[in-house]
Amino acid sequence: MLVQLLFYAFAAVMLAAATAVILVRNPVYSALSLVVTFFSAASIWLLIQAEFLAIVLVLVYVGAVMVLFLFVVMMLDVDLEELRSGFAGHAWLGGLVALLLAAEIVGVIWVKGLGSGIDLRSGLAAAAPGASNTRELGVSLFTHYLYPFELAAMLLLVAIVVAIVLTMRVRHREGVKVQDVAAQVAVRREERVRVLQMPPEKRS
Amino acid sequence: MSSLSTIDLVRSLPEVYLAAAICLVLLFDLFVAGERVARTATLTLLVLVAGAALTLYGTTPGTRILAYGGLYVADDVSRLLKVAAFLFTALTLFYGNGYLKRRGLMRGEFYVLTLSALLGVLVLASATNLLTVYVGIELLSLSLYGIVAFDRDNGIAAEAGMKYFVLGAIASGMLLYGMSLLYGVTGTLDLAQLSTQLTQSPGVGLIMGITFVVAAVAFKFGATPFHMWVPDVYQGAPVASSMLVATVPKLASFALAFRLLAEGLTQQSAEWSAMLAILAVLSVIAGNIIAIAQANILRMLAYSAIANVGFVLFGFVVASATGYEAALYYTLAYVLMTVAAFGAVLAMSRDGFEATRLDDYKGLSRRDPLLAGIIAVVMFSTAGIPPFVGFWAKLRVILALLDGDQLWIAIVAVLASVIGAYYYLRVVWLMYFDPPGERPGPSQALALRVVLALNALAILLLGIAPGGLLDMVQRAIPGG
Repeated sequence: MLVQLLFYAFAAVMLAAATAVILVRNPVYSALSLVVTFFSAASIWLLIQAEFLAIVLVLVYVGAVMVLFLFVVMMLDVDLEELRSGFAGHAWLGGLVALLLAAEIVGVIWVKGLGSGIDLRSGLAAAAPGASNTRELGVSLFTHYLYPFELAAMLLLVAIVVAIVLTMRVRHREGVKVQDVAAQVAVRREERVRVLQMPPEKRS
Repeated sequence: MSSLSTIDLVRSLPEVYLAAAICLVLLFDLFVAGERVARTATLTLLVLVAGAALTLYGTTPGTRILAYGGLYVADDVSRLLKVAAFLFTALTLFYGNGYLKRRGLMRGEFYVLTLSALLGVLVLASATNLLTVYVGIELLSLSLYGIVAFDRDNGIAAEAGMKYFVLGAIASGMLLYGMSLLYGVTGTLDLAQLSTQLTQSPGVGLIMGITFVVAAVAFKFGATPFHMWVPDVYQGAPVASSMLVATVPKLASFALAFRLLAEGLTQQSAEWSAMLAILAVLSVIAGNIIAIAQANILRMLAYSAIANVGFVLFGFVVASATGYEAALYYTLAYVLMTVAAFGAVLAMSRDGFEATRLDDYKGLSRRDPLLAGIIAVVMFSTAGIPPFVGFWAKLRVILALLDGDQLWIAIVAVLASVIGAYYYLRVVWLMYFDPPGERPGPSQALALRVVLALNALAILLLGIAPGGLLDMVQRAIPGG
């Protein structure tokens, strides 16, 4: 009972936040609403005992992706008036697509009878006590799927190399300021702080 | 559930070796080579040659060994493709080094990205699972995007890279969507299980899945109507990058089609072979006709690639061991010829001058008889004229088509190659029968010329004595 109440509460917050993402005028509020949406989704995942996915959703999407998103929104000088100028003209098209999608979803669920056999209350088997899906995922990734997992690591390495190739400008070395970490670590107090002995002056 | 054991690492020796070598080259370039990037280039060549030897002697021919709980297979096809991929990559880098140096593009990352693209090719060659297929494709594509856009301050190269990236991302999306439908129908990602489970009559979901997968395969091949990126990338990217895009990934495309369609969707061959027939016929017609109108040799080679890809797909249209053999043989011969063609274009260019217009080749026979001879061999061979290897490749594909009762397609293939012969022979005409005029001579780098001559000699010898390569290909394809 409590789980169901919590589910409806989180789902309501999620729907409201998701609606706010597209309705709010200020893009920063919009991005923050998306954060709320993600948090609610993560909470719902926690309710079905998918704790690893829930934590990853918060860590990766809220912690990294959305922060990046906010940076982009705040740093790029997007002219909102220009973006919105064509809104009225395209509204009918957007409405049409939305109607079409809604009709498809309704069609799949009701007409095709998809989901009729699912009993929402007993759909999920109770997990064995002490079972942890973090552990299960880890075991699966590092045994059966080890090969694609390691290849995905190579993929990330390639992505890093390509990003550096395409953006780093070592050529203009004169203008580039670099850190010398060894020098920073080896610095002594005497090089940075000079203690001066000054006689106090009288206010004239 | 299997767990990692040393035996898996040994079985996937080429990939493990190459992944370690990529890290080694990356670190070597950063900490040892520094400004002397030529050292990184030499190390990369050594890595590639050693890799070919390791694959050749580290794996047993005639066996089919699974590793990582069935996610990886080492068989004769993968062995042949891997050795070829190692050697052709070494050849392209060898041809490209001088060019990279002249253009100021000789940076260590070029070699790292080349090796990671090669790793993608190897992964695809050994893939037995939709997951590995996808990771292999992404590894290859991502490296190639970087290689194409490598000359980032050049607007045309950046544009080519951008086009390639956007269209490639769409193709990856299509592939994933098709795979998700296949998974939805069968509940398995394993290609062997797919082939045994998909025996019932094809439903809508399955047909949709196959369509998306075939479209993605056609895009990676560059077959019409998914060929739009090919000419722009060939022309826009630095020539050394175009050469890499034009050669080794063709082996990967063959592996992709072979693993996904021939081995995974075996029971559905009627569906995908009908789709491929349309794509292949369109490719040979469009490629050969549009190539006639090109004044830029790179664009001409691009449309020639589209036409040749059509021939490789003809092999898959037959959907039998004979067809796959013909396709593999054609792919290997085509890559051998294309490497030489690009090598010759690179040998023609020198400081501040790139011989990309067809007019630059006028009267080459009097300025440089050796290079003109090499280009003539390549052009004759690609046109499919005996006694060069290109003739046997075309013959095998046409025989396979006849063998599979595809008479009309065989006629189209012959007619298209006759049209194609025109623009290949036009290059020969320009070199031998047109006055040279005032043009800068080709570069005189001795090593490059010697290897190019050997490459052309291989095209001739494999044409005179085609038995060895044919034998290898026949042994590689199971059931052949």
